[in-house]
Amino acid sequence: MLKLCGYLLIIITISLLLVSCAPVSAPSTQTDENAGTTTLVVFAAASLTNVFDEIGATFRTAHPGVEIVYNFAGSNQLATQIAEGAPADLFASANEAQMAVALESGRIHADAERTFAHNRLVVVLPTDNPAGLIGLDDLRQPGLKIVLAAADVPVGQYALGFLDRAEADSSLGAGYKEAVLANVVSYETNVRAVLSKVVLGEADAGIVYTSDAAVQSDQLQQIVIPDALNAIASYPIAPLADSQQTELAQQFVDFVLGPDGQTVLAAYGFAPTSGEEQ
Amino acid sequence: MALTPSDETAHLEASAVGQRRATPWLLLLALPILFFLSLPLLALFLRSPLHQLATNLVRPEVVQAVQLSLTTGALSTLVTLGFGTPLAYLLARHRFRGRALMDTLIDLPMILPPAVAGLALLITFGRRGLLGAYLDDLGVSIAFTPAAVVMAQVFVASPFYIKSAISGFGSVDRDLEQAAAIDGANAWRILQHITIPLAWPALLGGIVMTWARALGEFGATIIFAGNFPGRTQTMPLAIYIGLELDLTIALTLSTIMLSISFLVLFVVKRVLHQRVTNRWQ
Repeated sequence: MLKLCGYLLIIITISLLLVSCAPVSAPSTQTDENAGTTTLVVFAAASLTNVFDEIGATFRTAHPGVEIVYNFAGSNQLATQIAEGAPADLFASANEAQMAVALESGRIHADAERTFAHNRLVVVLPTDNPAGLIGLDDLRQPGLKIVLAAADVPVGQYALGFLDRAEADSSLGAGYKEAVLANVVSYETNVRAVLSKVVLGEADAGIVYTSDAAVQSDQLQQIVIPDALNAIASYPIAPLADSQQTELAQQFVDFVLGPDGQTVLAAYGFAPTSGEEQ
Repeated sequence: MALTPSDETAHLEASAVGQRRATPWLLLLALPILFFLSLPLLALFLRSPLHQLATNLVRPEVVQAVQLSLTTGALSTLVTLGFGTPLAYLLARHRFRGRALMDTLIDLPMILPPAVAGLALLITFGRRGLLGAYLDDLGVSIAFTPAAVVMAQVFVASPFYIKSAISGFGSVDRDLEQAAAIDGANAWRILQHITIPLAWPALLGGIVMTWARALGEFGATIIFAGNFPGRTQTMPLAIYIGLELDLTIALTLSTIMLSISFLVLFVVKRVLHQRVTNRWQ
């Protein structure tokens, strides 16, 4: 037995040495020469799922032979994955903070970053509105089941910002934030999970982006959050500096910022942008 | 003493002693998968420095998650024991119509994606669910509570115990039980003194697997119970959230989970091994 352990130790040590000496290479994209297709790996915030699917389809008709592979998840997960070296060509984040995480990793250059869309918050309710909510003030009713996104997901952060502004606002007033947060039964890991819980009727209310509400508007009621209290989310996009497809990635960014991309974004409930530099 | 199945196991093990020495080429063949399985775990430990572990250990969100995981994991295991044992005994000892169907149904939660399990639980026990709608009328609400965490864990993890217990009960020599019955032992005493002790290694193995699976449950929990620190945020959920919020918390919790699981699995394996060896001697 001891001898066996000895063998194991030696072999594991050797393997470890070999691994640590091996050159680090993370090919970000593969070009299949035979098929003549190029793959573009797009990391995009969960709230972009539907709109990027459609933008991607339009982009592909203009660029035959391009295959787009998406990784849709919470921006924070994507930023972590990018910082940990995940192969990607493009990152579209739902807020500046997570783009900053990616910038910090050095895999994205700050001057490559563009804002491509804006989004706003809205309160969503199940179609039959089981709690009988009419206005924002009703969210403080004790005993409600409210679902928010976790504070580290951009939309969760924006929702907290809304509650802060509501707290300071004379019409909703002091104690509003605390009363609403007392009704929170779950902090979901992404905006789509918030939406599902509300659509299923398991929660009385949730706070999501207008773009998410637009996707399932027939299965939801909405309470508008006035501009003064609302948060305007900015969506930054940037190609990764170590991408093998920088040119194609930049073309995709330009496409999203151009009239075609902006039209699709508007159709999905996003506010347009002038594509300003960050 | 009659030769029981566990004696046979011990005997087989004893005869295998002669072949204990691993041949180098076999070791070489076995290594890649061993390496693949252990290296990521090693990496987790390497990336969590001790001082960081120490400071994170006392953070309230970590303490809450550990407490909640240990409590719900223990409860789920108890619930599984209480309800799973009769079912396992039934399936091990009786042949009846629909037995194969029941047996297959028990397999399903093990192979189902946990997210599907969570959704299934939600549309059954959620307040709009098949049963949940009636419970809601009675003022009982399960989703988003610690009870939902336990239910998610039992749903996903109990089959591990039930399957193991079925084979455990099935391998107990019926002659021994009948001999005890002839000697006047009632059904309860037979179960207590013969059946359960003889099936014990399989039962214990099943208990540990169920407990470990419950401890690691993520997908069904986050869908059915949601994520609320101190209420439904177990260690796996806190790790997932921590990935986004603070990677060091995720690493700390991962190392805690790994250490607890490893310790428990290892100790139980040793205990099981000793039992088998002792009986053989």
